[in-house]
Amino acid sequence: MRVTAPVSEWGSDFDVLDPRYVADPFGIWDQLRTSCPIAHTDRRGSTWLPTRYEDVTAIAHDIDHFSSLEVAVIPFEGEEPDEPVLPYGLPPISADPPLHTWTRRLLLPWFSHNRVESYEAMTRGLCSGLIDGFIADGRADAASDYAQQIPVRVIAHILGVSPDLSDTFTGWVRDVLEFADDHDRRVNGIQGLLEYFIGEVAKRRLEPGDDLLSELLRTDVDGAPIEDSLVLGAAALVLIAGVDTTWSAIGSSLWHLGTHPADRKRMVEDPEVMSLAVEELLRAYSPVTMARIVTTDVDFAGCPMKAGDKILMNFPAANRDPEVFEDADEVILDRAHNRHVAFGSGIHRCAGSNLARMELRVALEEWLRRIPEFALADGEEVTWAGGQVRGPRLLPVVF
Amino acid sequence: MKIRVDPDKCQGHARCYGLAPELFEVDDYGLSTVVGDGSVPPELEDRARLAIANCPEFAIEEI
Repeated sequence: MRVTAPVSEWGSDFDVLDPRYVADPFGIWDQLRTSCPIAHTDRRGSTWLPTRYEDVTAIAHDIDHFSSLEVAVIPFEGEEPDEPVLPYGLPPISADPPLHTWTRRLLLPWFSHNRVESYEAMTRGLCSGLIDGFIADGRADAASDYAQQIPVRVIAHILGVSPDLSDTFTGWVRDVLEFADDHDRRVNGIQGLLEYFIGEVAKRRLEPGDDLLSELLRTDVDGAPIEDSLVLGAAALVLIAGVDTTWSAIGSSLWHLGTHPADRKRMVEDPEVMSLAVEELLRAYSPVTMARIVTTDVDFAGCPMKAGDKILMNFPAANRDPEVFEDADEVILDRAHNRHVAFGSGIHRCAGSNLARMELRVALEEWLRRIPEFALADGEEVTWAGGQVRGPRLLPVVF
Repeated sequence: MKIRVDPDKCQGHARCYGLAPELFEVDDYGLSTVVGDGSVPPELEDRARLAIANCPEFAIEEI
């Protein structure tokens, strides 16, 4: 991890990798919202950080001024190869219309309500099996032993990859996203994923199955077979976008329940509250910050944004905006007014949101059914991953 | 009570369907439409209001 100077002024020199921001960004957002609601920094290039709901959602909807061609919060500081393996990036997340429009339509049916329901039994069995592995110990790491084990295996199932490779996948995805500031790890993760998928694509061209990868390969684009690089990009996106994001939401929710006994008790005793509670936990602990690139110079809410500047799409801060959410910093499990944007808003709304919700709900239901009483382990540290995706990395609990 | 979903605003979050599956249908792309002509039976009015208050795109309205 590259060491940068500590932040002394958040409005003009913020750093989302500053350890204080990673550990507890909520107070920083509250302070910015009232003093400098769109913060700026020149660290890692000219970058803006909106903190109000109104600004974040307005930028998400203004796709003419704010492009998705570069969505990584932390820039990749490697040497660009002459002929990039993924010339289209990871569509549709890193694309603008028209590429965004048709690649998104290819992926969405795989994550529709009906399709996601068909993955629920598998997810429940997986969660229960994980709990079998540690319940007799009276203690576990709710992040690394549980939350971090779930989404990668569900996605592997959907992509049609072998479940015994899940651990390897998890490693690559962590290298790419969690250690985004560590050049070598990031390169290692990207290479691992690419080599794996290049091999799988070749296999599926010969022997198609009924999995997502095979289905993508069957696509015609204006009468011609889809390019491998587009299939690779979309497959890598499904894996990367659906793994540490969801495990962070599961981990943060378990952290909340482990530190708020009244909420834990309510969720155990009143299963009816689950559907609203899942949304409230997603609001309060939204894991994902995406980025946009300014396309042409624009004055936005008094900020002179220049073409090429980066915007960090601070959906997590938008979801704590007291202008929109009453008692925004409090978790109210049955919150009725909750237009949260944990999955973004506008045309790039998370394509896997139905799947993420199902995984979070099932992971909490199974945990609370088997382990209704638990708390953080005394004297053991909880650590958080920051940057693009925020969630607990280590979460030792006892029960 | 009668409701409608603005197809230009809906982005397929499917929050409405999750909260009130009796009142909404979603297609394979998540896009939502009201069931029937959007008339809400009295016993489901609270659910309809909940759906309106949870749509991140402000796409559902009472008409």
